[in-house]
Amino acid sequence: MEIGLGHYLTVSAIIFTLGVLGIFLNRKNVIIILMSIEMMLLAVNLNLVAFSTFLHDLVGQIFAMIILTVAAAEAAIGLAILVVYFRNRGSIRVEDINMMKG
Amino acid sequence: MILQGIAFYVFAALLVASGVMVISARNPVHSVLFLILAFFQAAGLCLLMGAEFIAMILVIVYVGAVAVLFLFVVMMLDINFRELRKGAMEALPLGALVGLILLAELAAVLGGWIVAPNVAAIAGAPTPAFDQVSNTQALGRLMYTQYVYLFQASGIVLLIAMIGAIVLTLRHRPGVRKQNVGAQISRRREDVVVIRKVTTGEGV
Repeated sequence: MEIGLGHYLTVSAIIFTLGVLGIFLNRKNVIIILMSIEMMLLAVNLNLVAFSTFLHDLVGQIFAMIILTVAAAEAAIGLAILVVYFRNRGSIRVEDINMMKG
Repeated sequence: MILQGIAFYVFAALLVASGVMVISARNPVHSVLFLILAFFQAAGLCLLMGAEFIAMILVIVYVGAVAVLFLFVVMMLDINFRELRKGAMEALPLGALVGLILLAELAAVLGGWIVAPNVAAIAGAPTPAFDQVSNTQALGRLMYTQYVYLFQASGIVLLIAMIGAIVLTLRHRPGVRKQNVGAQISRRREDVVVIRKVTTGEGV
């Protein structure tokens, strides 16, 4: 059983789909939605690293590091917005987020 | 080779299982903990692929920073999560449909592609042999030379994220008494002390 590129791509496809499913299942809970987005970014990173390894091209790992940076920034900003929102409204229900509606 | 296969299947199975638990756990603290487990499994997969530096960065950044940030926020906010879970199951058919479509599309892509024959010739940065240059060294040589602008730009992204998070969560509460050093130092004796000559028997 040779572990090839397809195996890794399958795993990351499953993880990406789980992230999408998590957004649909936990529509009311922003924290779980953010975690699902992190999982999708993780799947993308696995994809890039897999291609980088099996095509013997190091650029994919550079891309993976850049995506890691963006993921960390996104988590920090998202959670900061969440904390401010909770401070103002006392809840994190997604349906309540309509303050900027015209 | 057989050991590599076993390790791959263990890491992959645990990754998928903890991914399922992240989106289905009742308690968000458990979700975060399963997310940490998933990140560790992903790091293991990266190690198997030979991307050692990415694996270590995954553990440090994702587990050490992002997941702990999630844990702090989940534990700090006083949220009734049971009420948030209500109605999750009625979204399941739509979510499962979208997920299945996505998975089918990904499977179609996965089944149909082939690697271009001249891919080794057009590689942006061919991976050097492992016994000559380590993975970290090779990445550093590439990142600090050819991709230095990208590296700087990601630093700016992090700086903006840091400033944004601080600006968003900083709050000035009125009515808090704080020491004002400037006002204390700039007080002069003649501003605050008044000397009166009190005549005997009359008072001030």
